Amino acid sequence: MNDGRTNNQAGDADIRTRRWGLSLVWLVPIVAVLIGLSMLYQSWQQSGPTIKITFQTAGSLTAEKSPIKYRNVVIGEVTDVTLSKDHKNVIVTAELNREAASFTREDSRYWVVRPRVGAEGVSGLDTLLSGDFIAADPGTSSKRSETFSGLESPPPVTYGEPGTRFRLKARNLGSLDIGSPVYFRKVRVGQVVSFKLDESGDGVNLDIFVNAPNDKFVTSDTRFWNASGIKVGVNANGLEVNSESLLSVLSGGVAFGSPPKSDDTPADPVVTSDNQFQLFDDQDTALAPGKGPSQAISMRFDQSLRGLSSDAPVYFMGKKIGEVSTVSLDYDEQNRTFPVIVEADVYPRLMGKAYRKLTQSQSGKNSQKDAVLMMFDQFVKQGLKAEARKSNLLTGQLHIALEFHPDDVSETVRMDTSGKVAVIPTRATSLDKLQDQLADLVERFSAIPFESMAANLDGSLAELKKTLASVNNDVLPSTRTTLEGIDELMSQMKTTLQTATDSFAYDSPERQRIGQALDELERMSRSVRELSDYLRRHPEALIRGRPEQDSTGVTR
Amino acid sequence: MNPPFAADLNLRLCHSCKLSCSLDQSPDSCPRCGARLHHRKPNALSRTWALMIAALVLYIPANLLPIMHTSSLYKESSPTILGSVVQLWRGGSWDIAAIIFIASIGVPVTKFLVLTLLLVTVQTRRNLASCRDRTRLFRALELIGYWSMLDVFVAGLLSALVQFGVFGVIEPRLGILFFGIVVILTMLATLSFDPRLIWDNNHDHE
Repeated sequence: MNDGRTNNQAGDADIRTRRWGLSLVWLVPIVAVLIGLSMLYQSWQQSGPTIKITFQTAGSLTAEKSPIKYRNVVIGEVTDVTLSKDHKNVIVTAELNREAASFTREDSRYWVVRPRVGAEGVSGLDTLLSGDFIAADPGTSSKRSETFSGLESPPPVTYGEPGTRFRLKARNLGSLDIGSPVYFRKVRVGQVVSFKLDESGDGVNLDIFVNAPNDKFVTSDTRFWNASGIKVGVNANGLEVNSESLLSVLSGGVAFGSPPKSDDTPADPVVTSDNQFQLFDDQDTALAPGKGPSQAISMRFDQSLRGLSSDAPVYFMGKKIGEVSTVSLDYDEQNRTFPVIVEADVYPRLMGKAYRKLTQSQSGKNSQKDAVLMMFDQFVKQGLKAEARKSNLLTGQLHIALEFHPDDVSETVRMDTSGKVAVIPTRATSLDKLQDQLADLVERFSAIPFESMAANLDGSLAELKKTLASVNNDVLPSTRTTLEGIDELMSQMKTTLQTATDSFAYDSPERQRIGQALDELERMSRSVRELSDYLRRHPEALIRGRPEQDSTGVTR
Repeated sequence: MNPPFAADLNLRLCHSCKLSCSLDQSPDSCPRCGARLHHRKPNALSRTWALMIAALVLYIPANLLPIMHTSSLYKESSPTILGSVVQLWRGGSWDIAAIIFIASIGVPVTKFLVLTLLLVTVQTRRNLASCRDRTRLFRALELIGYWSMLDVFVAGLLSALVQFGVFGVIEPRLGILFFGIVVILTMLATLSFDPRLIWDNNHDHE
């Protein structure tokens, strides 16, 4: 203020100034600053960890908008969506809430929820309207991480879901996929979680998840099989169509069950998660009774074994006990022949009761394997021989038959160099005989003089043709004249018959004459009767003649 | 010959009814309306400073926080002031974007700048021309001050009108409250400034 002017008012007591130099109005910016600070503090308290997730595509993820959800509760928000430096991925930067810190565990999983249509149904329809969002599944690891690679499809099983994982080894994947259902007694109890090729490349390892409490039904005895598709079979009862469910027909599935309990299997403990199982191709093979340990056998055939495939069955007295594993060719330098070496795996336990009885008598002395070998040794001593037989005449498939031929006992069972494979002697099989017979038959057939037979037949046919021509030229015309004569005869007979009919007409004179003749005949017969009566009574009349008066008084 | 200053004549202007009061007759309050008399608005500079700083501080959350929350069937968004301007501009309605930009960014920022300029320069000695410019600036400030409330009204109207349940709901968010407070504070700051202070240091006419 201007000093000069205040000086003009000197002596005025009524000019009031506030006691404090600082005006109360400064409270306003202080409050404003306080509000700002409190908001800062609040946002700092709320802000959680920032994570980066890589995806193959951003879909409709939008910065500042797409939420991260867990069980449909928002736990964070996408703050940025950028391309990676090599342009191969999309890096989504997201800010998690403070309380969602456990979602930074190293094995946490993130995936984008978007509408999906699959065999199992439709999911994520709500995202059609609300836009995609990222779903999270907190891991269990103790390590923390800030970068995650997002899953392209939702994980079928989330952490913390009660249940058990099992690993199945399959020969191929079939029509199974992640999410394919797992059935137990046709009830859906789990699903396929993941699959990958075996390290060796000769199989597929499938991880399945069976939800609690149904996972307790998986025991060490359980068999898994591929329940994909429809099984159509014809049996004595007619056509039979079998499938687990319509869904499994479309998208494949795995089923499990236990084979019927046999009395020699021990009680099954519930398996732990690291247990592995084999995935069988179908229910029948899966539920076949336990095969037990296998025993390799080797056979040497001196004949062609075309039609013997590598999984051809091996029958022992008609009971299937194993399968052919390999069929290979060998060369015999001494005889300069090519014997066929057939190796097969047999499961002695499949002999059933016989096996138990046979091994019981030998158990105690040796291990099971030796017992089996000794059993085969015994068999061979009794004349066990292997034969390759036709199992299907149409397709020419072969199987191996092990049967006893006591008349042809050759040697004891020999072991191959490794000492593990039992060599079974073979026998020229019925197949050979059949072939021989066939060859014989063919020879006989070829001995038949088809050519001369054909020539003779040709000549005969020519003769026949000539004969037929003469028949045509000579016999047929005469036949015609004969027939004409017959015709004439017939017409004459017709006229004769007509005359006969006419003569018997009702009003013809012949008929009247006949009537009269008949009357005459009647009268004649009456008089003859009278005569005979008379003669009976009066036989003497023949000699004496007729008296004048009748003795009886009868007058004429 | 310049006319005398009111102070020289021992006169004071009543703030309320604009009556020229003689200090000799009623030294304390206006004889007509009873309002308290001051030579200048009391504490004008510090009040203006305080209110403007408060407005400046609150202008930060007003711009950072979303002002509205719009949710419709397929989309939910809660844009900030600048965000909605950008959205509108991208959407093609650049005219509305321009209006909102001027009303919510241009006007408040102009106010802050002008007020700061006036507050800083009011105590320094100036020539006549620059004092005239400053007075004109202050008048313009008074004129444009309330247009900033446009945003607040838009937000209020929309959130009152658009209530269609699932199909569309607009709700106000904290940002608009801060923005409203900012506008009010800047208007109060303008009010508490006494433009006569501009001329107090001008002695060209003396």
